[in-house]
Formats: sequence, C-alpha cells, structure tokens
Amino acid sequence: MKTGLLLNIAFALLMARLKQSIVAAAGVMFGIAMFISLVSFMTGLNKMLDSLIINRTPHIRLYNAIAPSKIQPVNKAAAYAGFRNFILSVKPKDEGKQIYNATRIIKTIRTDDRVIDVAPKISTTVFFTSGTIQLSGIIDGVDVELEQKLFHLNDNIIDGSIADLGTVSNSIIIGKGLADKLIVKIGDVIQVTTPDGDRAPLKIVGLVQFGIAEVDDVQSFTSIETAQKLQGKPANYITDIQVKLKNIALAPAIAKEYAQLFDVNATDVQTANAQFETGTTVRNTIAYSVSITLLIVAGFGIYNILNMLIYEKMDAIAILKATGFSGKDVKGIFIRLSMVLGVVGGIIGMLLGYCLSLIISHIPFETSALPTIKTYPVNFGISYYLIGISFALITTYLAGMFPARKAAKIDPVVIIRGK
Amino acid sequence: METPVLKAVNINKYFLDPARFRVLADISLTVNRGSFVSITGKSGCGKSTLLYILSTMDTDYEGELVLDDEALHQKNDGELAIVRNQKIGFVFQFHYLIEEFNVLNNVMLPAMKLGKYAKDYIEEKATQHLKMLGIHDQALKNVNQLSGGQKQRVAIARALINDPLVIMGDEPTGNLDKKNSDIVFGIFKDICQENKQTILVVTHDPDFAKRADRIIRMEDGRII
Repeated sequence: MKTGLLLNIAFALLMARLKQSIVAAAGVMFGIAMFISLVSFMTGLNKMLDSLIINRTPHIRLYNAIAPSKIQPVNKAAAYAGFRNFILSVKPKDEGKQIYNATRIIKTIRTDDRVIDVAPKISTTVFFTSGTIQLSGIIDGVDVELEQKLFHLNDNIIDGSIADLGTVSNSIIIGKGLADKLIVKIGDVIQVTTPDGDRAPLKIVGLVQFGIAEVDDVQSFTSIETAQKLQGKPANYITDIQVKLKNIALAPAIAKEYAQLFDVNATDVQTANAQFETGTTVRNTIAYSVSITLLIVAGFGIYNILNMLIYEKMDAIAILKATGFSGKDVKGIFIRLSMVLGVVGGIIGMLLGYCLSLIISHIPFETSALPTIKTYPVNFGISYYLIGISFALITTYLAGMFPARKAAKIDPVVIIRGK
Repeated sequence: METPVLKAVNINKYFLDPARFRVLADISLTVNRGSFVSITGKSGCGKSTLLYILSTMDTDYEGELVLDDEALHQKNDGELAIVRNQKIGFVFQFHYLIEEFNVLNNVMLPAMKLGKYAKDYIEEKATQHLKMLGIHDQALKNVNQLSGGQKQRVAIARALINDPLVIMGDEPTGNLDKKNSDIVFGIFKDICQENKQTILVVTHDPDFAKRADRIIRMEDGRII
C-alpha cells in the first residue's frame, strides 16, 4: 500500500512534466543504446579479425622437424661415456617428414577431453605446370570433412566447393593468385610435379582466397589420398597432425605434453602467432577502454539530468514533508522516480541498441580476406545487453539516491523560507 | 476545555547566517484544546519562526515542545513526520499545493500517507471537505487553474483531511482580499467551534487577529 503510494506519487511527478521526463529517459536510452551498439560492433570486428587467424590455425601442430639426431653414435660408445664429445659438421638426419604411427597418435588425441578434434595433413612443395611455365607452390593434402569442421575452409572458397575434393578423384583447389598466374579456371586440368619428379594431372574443382597474396599465390589443397598418391607414399603417410582445443589458452601446456608423449615436435598457436596474440590484446584493451569510457560518460549524463529533475521538485519535497511524509518517504519517492526513468530508458535503450546493431550488420563490407563476409560483423552477445540494463539501473539508482538523500535530510522549513 | 494540547517551554532559536542572531528568546506558551489562538506582531518579530518550530517543521532549536502529551523535541525525523501527518494540519501563506496533482489528489495525499482508510473512503471524505468549503466542483481541476482564494481553501481541506488536533496557519489570509479572508476566517471559526479542533494562526492582519479567542503578541522574539 505504502510502496504503491510512493510509486504513484513518483509517477504523478513524472507525468506532470512529461516532456522533461522524456528527455531524462532519452538520456538514459541513448547512453545505453550507444554502449550496446558500439560494443557489439567492436567485439564483432575483433572476433572477425581473430577468426582470420584462429580459424585457419591449428591450436597445436605436431610435426617432424628436420634436425640432427639428438643422440649421436659417439655418445653411445661406452669408451667415451662420461666425456664431453664435440662433433663438427653434424647434418640433419634423413627421416623424412613423416610422423610415425600417425593414425595411433590421432586416435589417442581424439579421446582427450580437452580436444575438439584432430585433423591430419600432408604438406609438400610442388611445381605447377601450365604450358611452358612452372610455378612453385604448396599442396596440402587434407581430410575434407575435418578441414571444414576445424578450419572452416569453405569460408575462403570463392568458387566451387570443398566437398568436391572428396568426391572427384585427382582434384585440387588452388589459390586465386595461382589460378590468375596460370590462367586456369574451374574444370581445367593442371600438371603437378613433386620434388621427387613424379608428375600427375589434377582437375581444378575450386578456387580459394585468403586475402594474403603470398599465400594465395602458392597455396593449394587436395584430398589426403590424392596427396599420398601424388608422392607415391602409403596410406599411413602423414606429415602434420593439427589439433583444435576447447580452450585455446591451454595450448602451450598441452603442446609440451604431446611432444613428450608422442616424441614429435609440437608448436602451439601462441608461439606460432606471437604477433597475433599482441594484436588481439591491443584490440581488446581498446574495446574495453572505449566501452568503459562510454559507460562513464553515459553515467554522468544520466546523473546530471536526474539531479536537475529532482532539484526542480524541491517545492514538492517541502510540501510532502509538511503534510507528514518522512525523509525516508521522500527518498523512496525520488529513488522510485529515477528508477522508473532507468527502467524505461534502459529497456528502450536496449531495443534501440539492438536496432542500431542490426543496421550496422547490414552495412556492406567487402574484404578479400573473407570472401564469404558481405556486411560488417556484429556480435549480438546477450551479455552486453545485460551489462547495459544493469548499468542503467545502477546509475539511475545512484543518481536518484544522492540528491534524494540530501532532500530527505532538509527540514521542510528551509525550503519554504528560501522562497 | 482547559486541557493544554500544545505546550512550549523556553524555546530559543538562533539564526547563524550571516551572524549569530537570537530570533526567539525563551518563549513559553500553552495552547488549550479547542481554542482559536492568533499570534501577531511586526514583520521579523519571529512569529513565523515560532510557528514552524511548533509545527515540527523546523527542528533546529533549543527548548521543550509537547504536543498532546508527547515530547516532540526528542523525536527523530521519521517520528515527527508521523506526528505532522496525524496531529497537525498546516496552511501556508502561499497555498503550497503540489502542482503536479489535481485538487482532489492534493487533499487526499496526507490521508493516503496515513494509510488508515481505504481509498474510496478517503475520496469521499475529501469530497465532503471540499463541499463544506464550497469548492467541490473544482475537485478534478488542476491546481493552477484555481484562483488564490480557491487554492487556499483547497489547502485548508488538505489540512483537515486527517482530523488533526491542531491546525496551524502561517498568514493564511496574507495573499487574499477582504472577501476571501472573511471566508477563510469563517471556516477556521467553524472548525474550531464545531469540531473542537485547535486553531493556531500567525497573522499580521489586526482585524483577523482581533477576532480570535486569544491573541499572543510578539516583539523581538519575545511574547509581550
């Protein structure tokens, strides 16, 4: 009953100066809407930039590095045990790039709870021949389904489809730059020569574009079976094992663990892309500082408007007190009054923020790096809306609270005599 | 009849700004139940200040104040608000109605705060009071659509709504012409005689003061 009365009075005070109340609520609304739309936009862009690298990079890559044997024969000789042996002109060991027992390793890793999935890869340099010209390039033999699942290769295919790699035998997807140089298109057949001198004709089923000229000029994909056939290797020949983790932060630790467990080389994404890590951190810092600034500015705006609104109601405060409303009641009325503005402004602000985000997400945005993205990316995360509305409620509560507390303490006569 | 409803003992009040100045000096007075008392004196003699203290709206004073056997000088803000709500009705020189509300809501406000009766009953009571004061046809109008005399009558209706023990007025006729002053005085007189409610009015209008049962004259912060 009492709460209802205070709320009714607050409503009446607001409705009596409807225009002013609307302006106050609009202040809250714009603050929240701007915060939501800008943060959604910024994090959307950041996510896209992150995905440029993260989507394409395995979190952990297992491979055989070309290196000399760690234990040289002389160290095994009993006669020289305990000596410090100096060996000059050590050459790398010819083990090939194959990972031994790759299928078993893949199976074992796949059972690990921390892992999303594992994809095998065969990477080799080749020459592409078209007419009389020869261009060097790289062929990655990939598992079509896993490659799509883990690295979203389809996002970068500008013509054709990755699925054709699996269905069409002896097929290849080549980089856009490479295709332009060779003057070939989908359906054409190109000659591929391996470093060992084996030649094979492969049919182009798609074009891929990453937006990095260095990559687009050399990169091509084929199925794992075709790659093995091309090099005359058996079906267990695999040079890379790519792992995607559920939590990318664990990559360095797990990489170390796998390197020891399987006796292979392992690099994590953080080490492989140190400059990317820095970029992400910087972008996130910028995003956070901008959003905090936005909230602070919006907060002060809200506080100012409400403060003025309440000081204009000083008369009403004196009258209410003279007729028997206590300081607590007065405080209650003004907190309710500003909370009404906070709730109304906050909810409309959320809707407006959503509309603005929606508009941004429809603005055309062409980038060669991500051929499938046509408009600006926006992150419609619910958390920003929750932050926005709770911030609106908290600031309006405080903005109502401070002047209301002051009004609550004043003897009504002070206001009346001041007239 | 002769029981005191309001008693003040040795009330002292100082203004500190711009310099320490004694506005009220050892004021002691007793107001009996059902009497019509007017406080009069020159402008600046402290009569309004005294009234504000008696009405509990000013708590910055020294001395003792007893209303209906309750010592008010010991009470805190919340308790004083309850006292004002239940036992004191106040009429200001300027009407001091809440402009955001219509006439009826202004009158109902103190009763709604009291929360003792249902809304329908309060509304009926408020309408009765307005009818008695001859302005019930204005009930749903906005406050600023009323004339000065009408506003003052609304303020009186608001002061009466909780059947207070004491009705205090600070120059309630100060802003009104002769005709309206007479009406307001008549209303006070009726309330006093019929309802046995106590009336305490500050005025510098000698005509008004003379017609009261008892006149308290003040000069330089003292009762003479």
